Amino acid sequence: MAATNPDNRGLRLVVRYAVLTLIAVIFIFPLLFMGMSSLKPDQQLLSDTSSLRAFLPVGDLSLDNYREAFARAPVGLFVFNSVLVTGATVLLSLAICSLAAFSFTFLEWKGRGVILSVILATLIIPFETIAIPLLLLVSKLPWIGLDGLEWGWLNSYRVQIIPWIADGLTIFLFVQYFKDLPRELIEAARVEGASWFQIYARVVMPLSGPVLATAAILKFLVMYNQYLWPLIVVQQESYRPVMVGLQYFFQLNIAWGEVMAYLTLITVPVLAFYLVLQRAFIASIASTGVKG
Amino acid sequence: MASKLTRSTGAGWAFALPGFGLIALFIIVPFFFAFGLSLTNQRLISPNPTEYVGFENYRDLLSLSVITLEPERDDSGAVIRDEDGEIEYPRVRTITRSDDFPQYRGMREWFRWQSGDTARVVVASDVVFMKALVNTLMFVLVVAPVQGALALVLALLINQKLRGINVYRAIYFMPVVVSIVVVSLLWRFIYDGNDGLLNNLLSAITFGGWQPVDWLGNPDTALGSIMAMSIWQAVGFHMVIWLSGLQTISPTLYEAADIEGASKWQTFRYVTWPGLRNTAVLVLIVITMQAFALFAQIDVMTNGGPLDSTQTVVFQAVERGYGKQDISGGSTISVILFLLVLTISLIQRWLTREK
Repeated sequence: MAATNPDNRGLRLVVRYAVLTLIAVIFIFPLLFMGMSSLKPDQQLLSDTSSLRAFLPVGDLSLDNYREAFARAPVGLFVFNSVLVTGATVLLSLAICSLAAFSFTFLEWKGRGVILSVILATLIIPFETIAIPLLLLVSKLPWIGLDGLEWGWLNSYRVQIIPWIADGLTIFLFVQYFKDLPRELIEAARVEGASWFQIYARVVMPLSGPVLATAAILKFLVMYNQYLWPLIVVQQESYRPVMVGLQYFFQLNIAWGEVMAYLTLITVPVLAFYLVLQRAFIASIASTGVKG
Repeated sequence: MASKLTRSTGAGWAFALPGFGLIALFIIVPFFFAFGLSLTNQRLISPNPTEYVGFENYRDLLSLSVITLEPERDDSGAVIRDEDGEIEYPRVRTITRSDDFPQYRGMREWFRWQSGDTARVVVASDVVFMKALVNTLMFVLVVAPVQGALALVLALLINQKLRGINVYRAIYFMPVVVSIVVVSLLWRFIYDGNDGLLNNLLSAITFGGWQPVDWLGNPDTALGSIMAMSIWQAVGFHMVIWLSGLQTISPTLYEAADIEGASKWQTFRYVTWPGLRNTAVLVLIVITMQAFALFAQIDVMTNGGPLDSTQTVVFQAVERGYGKQDISGGSTISVILFLLVLTISLIQRWLTREK
């Protein structure tokens, strides 16, 4: 048998690693190509594609592409917009969805079961099927701003933030997590006279690190990578996020070096964030599958 | 006693209201709006009042008909053929524009086939939308099983107890965190007909024997290329879901299988696969929903071309609802899309039901 033959076992181990590595190359090569190309002038970038040089930091390397990308488009503004919209949505989502989930899990009130079922039922509605009616809706909504009452949310930060705060999946994740918390803790706090909000803020939230991380990561990925929604609700440059900003680089003759610089610039922070928090990212995705 | 402590209608509503209110306003209301708007002629901005038009939008999108064409004959009754020997038929336009056939008004030829001397022509009121429907269904029917299966294979590979396996897991998952917009633009370069990496790679493997293909510029390869890229980007996501399913299977079952002398395939077939039932249903439904939503890849890579070979339902919904500001048309497509997703999900549930 294989197990009794050490040579055979060693060979099988090598084959296993070879297969794993080959697959890893398939997943990594486009990203490697992106990063390396962003450092090369267009001419070299194109000629390098015919050899392995495409994936190596060789030849005439510089940050010129980055400089030119900043000159072509207000890159800093796009990054600022994305960070603002993503950050605000993540924070508001964590607060509002956890509060709702707290109510669904620990409080008893009339209509609780029905409302929770309705929220969970929205999970089968893909965003793409409501984008167009939602576009009409937000174009008519009122808003009280610095200039008093105004109508229509198009071209703003709020139109990119508020519709994305609450969603069924986030509430579901919190409910699943809260269910496993010991109920005695809540009851003890109640007996001592704590208000419901105090219990939420001082007892439940401090115990919710893992689910807060999961919900934050999932929301972060959705928000930072937004494309369709900002594409249709934001026409003004001043509110555009990074993914829509890419359109500045679609020219008749695409300057690939600049494109690669821009892509690298908006991708590397996310990849770095992912590599540092790799376990948490993967656990987040895995938790969407549990008990689903 | 415990229930008294938790009974609190006021606080309950107050805590749930912000979350539920936002979901109601931004998901549930537009969802029902879509149905209502699809029966009107609503536009994003219009000086005219909105009118109820019944099912006109659905008819404009979905009407199909078959026209039978008799060959053109000369005075002796013989079939007329052109220089290539092909039978000549009257032009479809003469029928769809004729006052004698009001039922075909405004329709265009989608495709035709020949049976004997007669030709049957399928005409549609919206040929582009028909192509979008077919492309989207093709995309779902290919991507859902292929991506699901590949993700399972990766999960099984990653589930091995090997030193450094976490590094591989991290790499396989990496494209998932990269925006599909970024990925699409990158792959436009990979698929390029001249300097594309893929053509260069194939040419190197075949020692120059490869004829470069303009992957995205050719109607025969464009949709397939987008499928391959979409799978590459998202497969890591479902690998992780499979992996969490694999880890719920009790190790004692594997030990038992080992003692019984089960082969690797038998172990998979009788231990692993039954343990993954629920995960399988979830993975299939999630991929299906994501696949139906195909938009960004098309918008960045092909704009629906070449020759409408990559048109999709969501792309059409956006082109109408946003591009042409035809909210009612876009909403109608949204409703059709939702019904499609729902139908396919229910069929999948039924096929994978507990027997």
